[in-house]
Amino acid sequence: MSARFKAGDRVRVRVGSPPGHFRTPAYVQDKIGAVERFHGDYRNPESLAYGGDGLPRRPLYLVRFPQSQLWPKYTGPARDQLLMDIFEHWLEPA
Amino acid sequence: MREDHHDQPHAPDHPMTEFEWRVDAVQALLIEKGVITADEVRRAVEEMDARTPAQGARVVARAWVDPAFKARLLADAKATIAEIGITVGFDATIVAVENTEKVHHAVVCTLCSCYPRGLLGYPPDWYKSLNYRSRAVVEPRSVLSEFGLELRSDVEVRVLDSTADMRYLVIPVRPAGTEGMSEEELADLVTRDSMIGVAQARTPALR
Amino acid sequence: MTRVHDRGGWPGSGPIDKSEHDLSWWEKRTDAIASLLMSPEKRVMRVDELRRAIEDMEPARYEQSRYYAKWLHAIETIMAEKGVLTREEIDRKVRELSARR
Repeated sequence: MSARFKAGDRVRVRVGSPPGHFRTPAYVQDKIGAVERFHGDYRNPESLAYGGDGLPRRPLYLVRFPQSQLWPKYTGPARDQLLMDIFEHWLEPA
Repeated sequence: MREDHHDQPHAPDHPMTEFEWRVDAVQALLIEKGVITADEVRRAVEEMDARTPAQGARVVARAWVDPAFKARLLADAKATIAEIGITVGFDATIVAVENTEKVHHAVVCTLCSCYPRGLLGYPPDWYKSLNYRSRAVVEPRSVLSEFGLELRSDVEVRVLDSTADMRYLVIPVRPAGTEGMSEEELADLVTRDSMIGVAQARTPALR
Repeated sequence: MTRVHDRGGWPGSGPIDKSEHDLSWWEKRTDAIASLLMSPEKRVMRVDELRRAIEDMEPARYEQSRYYAKWLHAIETIMAEKGVLTREEIDRKVRELSARR
């Protein structure tokens, strides 16, 4: 699959708790971050978790979030960041 | 099939727990059904035992002394680690990140306990604990402080939550006063915790 | 609703217990069995399946279980799903092995 986003793009994490297995923690859902890097295409864990083949592979990104945007009570400096690997189908442009 | 498939004796005065019996039973059944062999299990344990933080320390020490190696490591960790004769296994893509005087990375897996085990071996108990998994992302500086690491406020803390197939290896900052040390001496300064990012590498004075 | 394995920022989390123990032979063996089942040569199970079976544990049990007890539970669950082993078989084998001692 061709990657929809590139490094630097602003993205919002989709909100969802689909039945079954997924790898997008609640604490980043609906949050806005920036693509740090594109890792490549990887098998989809939501299919692999139920014996599927995980195909088609999905683009996977490292996404960076300012900590202060994730946690209203974050006490550290504004420069602190959280980075997480997120599949493209969990991201939308922001 | 051998009556006793154990390669290590049971401690004679240690009563087996329910958990131990079940592992025994599952292994025996998987062997009976031809899914695995006792020998494969023994070898898998040995292979995992051979993966230790010392392997990661060799990688970091080489990166400290060889900038070209470090550049390759940051671009493609698995292939670069293989250059020095270390194979990291099948299960993940190792990604190296570099700590500097200005940026400090620390690694957690909030959803389970993903860890670069192909390189560093079994993760420590605390890494798998619910408290570390909960707190490392929301109050990393407090967590690091519990590990004895106080970072200045002008250092950017970057917490990596490993949610996919990437297994992050932190390259700690090379300590001051280590100029002229051999690669082997440098590797002695690289602790497991410094490669997870909850500590700095040891300074020579503290050895 | 946040599920039990989704721990990031979980409220009420306390200090981190930094004590460590060397894995027992039983824990290593559970790890080894899972690794073999997930190896490219066998691929009887995927790590994603292991995770899913752990996440589906009853929440209180998830929080109380030791790490490799969760793995063993997941191995049993996935092997049962795939028709490789049944729980009854395992229970029977446990009785058989323990009677021998």
